[in-house]
Amino acid sequence: MLRVDVEKQLGEFSLQASFESEGRVTGLFGASGAGKSSLINMIAGLLRPDRGTIVIDGETVDDTAAGIHVPTYRRRIGYVFQDARLFPHLNVAQNLDYGRRMNRLPSDPAQHKRVVELLDIGPLLDRRPGKLSGGERQRVALGRALLSKPRLLLLDEPLGALDEGRKLEILPYLVRLRDEANIPMVYVSHDVAELRQLATQIVMLRQGRVTSFGGVKVLT
Amino acid sequence: MLDISPAEWTAILLSLRVAVIATLVATPFGIALAWLLARKDFWGKAVLDAVVHLPLVLPPVVTGYLLLLTFGRRGLVGAFLADHLGIVFAFRWTGAALACGVMSFPLLVRPMRLSIEAIDRRLEQAAETLGAAPFKVFFTVTLPLALPGVLAGMVLGFAKAIGEFGATITFVSNIPGETQTISSAIYSLIQTPDGDTAAGRLVIISVVIALGALIAAEWFARRATARLHGN
Repeated sequence: MLRVDVEKQLGEFSLQASFESEGRVTGLFGASGAGKSSLINMIAGLLRPDRGTIVIDGETVDDTAAGIHVPTYRRRIGYVFQDARLFPHLNVAQNLDYGRRMNRLPSDPAQHKRVVELLDIGPLLDRRPGKLSGGERQRVALGRALLSKPRLLLLDEPLGALDEGRKLEILPYLVRLRDEANIPMVYVSHDVAELRQLATQIVMLRQGRVTSFGGVKVLT
Repeated sequence: MLDISPAEWTAILLSLRVAVIATLVATPFGIALAWLLARKDFWGKAVLDAVVHLPLVLPPVVTGYLLLLTFGRRGLVGAFLADHLGIVFAFRWTGAALACGVMSFPLLVRPMRLSIEAIDRRLEQAAETLGAAPFKVFFTVTLPLALPGVLAGMVLGFAKAIGEFGATITFVSNIPGETQTISSAIYSLIQTPDGDTAAGRLVIISVVIALGALIAAEWFARRATARLHGN
């Protein structure tokens, strides 16, 4: 459902990655500077490959040879950033509703209720992002991405900015998400333990190249 | 003391009308220009930036004269507008509004530009990943976050417009009831014997309006900070 074959030159750094994943959670693993974020940003359409193709769910969203580059807002992806990036001028409920409004999706109270319960964010709905803890912010960001009904959920080190205690607070939600939400995910991390728990397939990156690809057992 | 005569009222109301219209018309242009200067790199950006700020450093009489040459009845643009659209600026209150708009434009644009520059662009990226096309990103994220700066720019622009004198009197003269604003009324009064008391009243009113505008601008600036921190 996700096929990536891209090249990108970013200053001195060259990224060349090719993989195909059917997994529920594709883990992009590597040290910082290995090219994980550049790769996920290309899948999101925030970064344009110099050469290559990206296919999401059968739709070609990038094909440099054919001149195809679907802009981010038409890719129907969800993206959870390391730094949540909630809209400070909107409260939690309005943040959650943003993707639905932008995509002109009909209101879906059942789905809304499910996501709010899955992430335990019901008591936060009236609050402004400035009044939330780091872990709460990240849960709201997850909910916001899910409620835009993406066909692929991208997570870029969503636990990276949290301390150990908070990580353990969020991790179970991510596991539930994987098992219940039925949306394929790409999960970027440099944390082996995290990926062992979550990923079903691993793409290992080193200095801009894919060094191995396969099940979680490649994380030795 | 504050026993305002009908003639003075006329000047006050005209000033308010001129400044309000100048500010409202200038605002969309101001926002567009602020966005352009904050976000885009293009050939001639430095020149455009300098031209916008020109009214701040040019003698107002020069700006007024240039307006007269351009938008006067026989000016290049003025003649065209008058002949084809029936819009006349010369010696009309609309001309006063144009002069005030031009003179206050640099002050109006500046806070707008600063507030757009202060916005975390990663929020706009997040909006895009949630399905918002660029113009929707602008109206749902950029503009609301910049709103306090936009309002502050409008307030400052308004305060400048209401105090404008040099360019206005050069461009549209000093006609009571048509182009005589508070400033030009004060100017006339202090040249008239016994005009001091009336001038004094108008001076107090100008000070009150200017002070009110500055306080309002400060308040909006505080709101901007609070808003960007999500409180």
